[in-house]
Amino acid sequence: MRFGELGLIVVFAALAAFSLLVTAKAWTPEYAFHAALFALGSVAAIIGIFKRYGARSAEPPPQEIDGKPNYNYGPIKFMATISLVWGVAGFLVGLIAALQLAYPALNFDLPWISFGRLRPLHTSAVIFAFGGNVLISTSFYVMQRTSRARMAGDLAPWFVAIGYNFFILIAGTGYLLGITRSHEYAEPEWYAILWLVVVWVVYLLIYLFTLAKRSEPHIYVANWFYLAFIVTIAVLVLGNNTEIPVSIYSSRSVIVWSGVQDAMIQWWYGHNAVGFFLTAGFLGIMYYFVPKRAERPVYSYRLSIIHFWALIFLYMWAGPHHLHYTALPDWAQTLGMTFSVILWMPSWGGMINGLMTLSGAWDKLRTDPVLRMMVVSIAFYGMSTFEGPLMSVKAVNGLSHYTDWTIGHVHSGALGWVGFVSFGAIYCLIPWVFNRKGLYSLKLVDWHFWLGTIGIVFYISSMWVAGIMQGLMWRAYTPQGFLEYSFVETVDAMHPMYVIRALGGALFVLGSLIMAYNIYMTIASPEASEVPSGTPELAPAE
Amino acid sequence: MANTTQSSSLWQKHAIFEKNSIILVIGIIVAIAWGGLVEIVPLFYLKSTIEKVEGVRPYSPLELAGYNIYVREGCYNCHSQMVRPLRDEVERYGHYSLAAESMYDHPFQWGSKRTGPDLARVGGKYSDDWHRDHMRNPRAVVPTSIMPAYPWLEKTALDTKRLGDQMKVLSIVGVPYTQEMIDSAEKDAIAQGSGDGKDAKALQGRYKNVIVRDLGADKGKLTELDAVIAYLQRMGTQVDFKLYDSKANIR
Repeated sequence: MRFGELGLIVVFAALAAFSLLVTAKAWTPEYAFHAALFALGSVAAIIGIFKRYGARSAEPPPQEIDGKPNYNYGPIKFMATISLVWGVAGFLVGLIAALQLAYPALNFDLPWISFGRLRPLHTSAVIFAFGGNVLISTSFYVMQRTSRARMAGDLAPWFVAIGYNFFILIAGTGYLLGITRSHEYAEPEWYAILWLVVVWVVYLLIYLFTLAKRSEPHIYVANWFYLAFIVTIAVLVLGNNTEIPVSIYSSRSVIVWSGVQDAMIQWWYGHNAVGFFLTAGFLGIMYYFVPKRAERPVYSYRLSIIHFWALIFLYMWAGPHHLHYTALPDWAQTLGMTFSVILWMPSWGGMINGLMTLSGAWDKLRTDPVLRMMVVSIAFYGMSTFEGPLMSVKAVNGLSHYTDWTIGHVHSGALGWVGFVSFGAIYCLIPWVFNRKGLYSLKLVDWHFWLGTIGIVFYISSMWVAGIMQGLMWRAYTPQGFLEYSFVETVDAMHPMYVIRALGGALFVLGSLIMAYNIYMTIASPEASEVPSGTPELAPAE
Repeated sequence: MANTTQSSSLWQKHAIFEKNSIILVIGIIVAIAWGGLVEIVPLFYLKSTIEKVEGVRPYSPLELAGYNIYVREGCYNCHSQMVRPLRDEVERYGHYSLAAESMYDHPFQWGSKRTGPDLARVGGKYSDDWHRDHMRNPRAVVPTSIMPAYPWLEKTALDTKRLGDQMKVLSIVGVPYTQEMIDSAEKDAIAQGSGDGKDAKALQGRYKNVIVRDLGADKGKLTELDAVIAYLQRMGTQVDFKLYDSKANIR
C-alpha cells in the first residue's frame, strides 16, 4: 500500500470515530444526522480506498504513453456528469421557489420546503453544486491539457471530486433542516466550511503541482483565471467565516463581527463570489473552450493581460454597492459605486476578447449550436456587466434595491452567462473525456439553446417589469401627499410577472432536461474507433 | 518603430507571471488585497461607523431564541431590517435604521430583498394576537399575502436549554452579557413568558424595557412562536427617537 492510501485510511478512521462521538452527544437531531453522515462518508471512503487498492496495478499509472501525456480523466468524468444532476435539481428547486411566490399554497405548510429554506438550497445548488462541479472538472481538464502533463496526485483528485460533493450534500440538507448562518451564498455552518477548506487546499495544491510538472514554458491564460478563482475564493471564505462554534456538539456558531462590519464583510464576500466564482472561473472556461471550439486563437493576448489584472483588482472594491443608503458609512458606499462603474471596462474588455476570437469563424454559428451557446453566453455576460454598474449608481439603486430587478439582473448573469457557458463547455468536454466521436445529437442542442434563450428572455423581462414597477409603487404619492399604495398592493401587482417568470424558468428547466438526455445518450454510445481506447487524442496545447 | 519595441518589451515583462506559478499566485493575492483592506479595516476603528446611541441593549434570552428561529426559517430571504433615509421609506416604516441598532446582531439581518415589507421597526405595530394569526396563516389577516404559513412554530415547544451557551460565546465576541445574565438565561426566558413575578422583576432589572407577558411559560407552555413574537415586538423599539439627536455625533 502506498503512503497516501495508508495515511488517508488513518485520517478517515479517526474522523469516523470522532463523528460517531459527536453523533451520540449532539445537541439537536439535525446535527446528529450530519455527524452520522460524516461517519458514514468516512467509512465509505475507507472501503473505497481498499477496493481501489485491490483493483489497481502495483505500478503507479505512467506519466506518458508513447510519448504522449497520459491524462487523468476519471475525476473529470465524475464531476462533469454530476454537475448536470445538480444542475437539473437546482433549476427545478428554483422553479418550485418561483411558483411558491406566485402561489403560496405550494409551501404546503411544511418547514423543510418553505420558501425561506428552499431559496438558499436553490442558490447553493446552482452556484456551488452545478457551477462548482463545472468549474473544477473543466479546470482539471484545462490545466492538464495546457500543461501537457498528467494531473498531480493519486488519490488527491478523487478526494477533491468526492469531498467537494460531500460538502454540497451537507450544505444542502442543512438548509432543509434549518441549519444556516443566514449569510447569503455563505449559509453553510462552521463544520461544513472546515471540511470545504480542507478540500479547497488540496484542490489548490493539485493545481500548483500540475503546473509545476508542465512541459509548456508558459502558463496559459485560462489557468490565470482559474488560479485567481481558487485563491480568492479561499481568502473570501476564510474572511467571511470567522466564527466560533457554540460547542463541537452544536451546529450553531457565532460570527465574530456584527451589524455594519458583518454586512460589509458579507458583501465583500458576496460580490466577489460573483466576481471570482461566477466570473473569473467561467472566464477561464471561455478562454479555453471558445478558441478550441471555434478553432481560432484568442483575439488579443495583450487584452487578456489587461483584462485579467484589471478585473481581479477592481472586483474586490465593488461589494458596498449592495449596501447603498444603509447604515454603512457613506465613504464606503461611494468607493463601492465608483469601482463598480469602472469595473464595466475590464468586463467589456473580456467580452470583446471572447467575441472577437470568433473572427473568421462567425459562419460556424450557423452550423454549431454548441459554439452559438457559448457566444450568446458572452453576449449575456456583456449585458449583465453593463446592467450591474448601472444598478450600482446610488440614484438607480435607490429604486432597484430590495426589488426583483436585482433578481432579474442576477439571472441574466446566472442563466445567460454562467449557465450557457457551462452548457457549452460540458457539451465539448463530455465527448473529449469519454472518447466519443461527438455528441449524440446536435439537433437536441439546438432545442436546448432555443428553449433556454426564450426562457431567459421571459425571466429577465418579467423581472425588469416587476422590479421597476414595485420600486415606483413604493415611492408613489397621491396628490394630497400620502403614500399611494400599501405594501400588499405592490405585491398583488407583481403576480402576473411572477407567473411569467415561472414560465421562463420552466422553459429553462426543460432545456436542461433535454441536455441531460443528450449527454446520457452520448455517454451510452460506443467509443470512437479512430483512437485506441484509453489513449486520449492529442490536441495542440494552447 | 522604436516605440513598438519599447512597448513590446514591457509586455514581455509579463512573462514572469506566466512562467512561475508561485509568482502568479503572489501577484493575485497582492491585486485582490486592496479592496478589502481599504473598505473593511477602517470600519473597525473609525468611531463614526457606529455612533453611540442611548437605549440599545443585547437581546433577552427569549428574544435571542426568537432571533435564532428567524435565522433558521430564512426570514431574511424576503424581509429586510434596514430602513433607508428616503422619504417614502421613513414614512412607510419609521425612522431610518442606525448602525448601532444592529450592533449586537451576530449575524446581521439587514437582508437584501423586500418580497415582504421591511421589519426593522415592526415592534409594537401589531398586537401579539395579530402576529399569532398571521404566522398560523398569513392569508387570514392579509388576504393576498404570499408569505408561507408557519403553523409548526406554535406546535413546537421552545428549547431554552442552550441559550446560555450561545450567550457565553456572544460575550466572547463583545456582546455585553454578564456572567449573571448567562447563568440565568433559561430562568429569564421562562420568566419573560410567565407574566409578573419575582423572576420577571429580576429579568427587567437585567434587560431594560423588556416586555413580559403571561404565556403560561411557567407551566411549560412556551412555544417557538412565543419566542418569535418576543423578537418581533422588540424590533426597532430600542432607541427613543423623541430623544435621539441626529446631530450629536457629527464631528
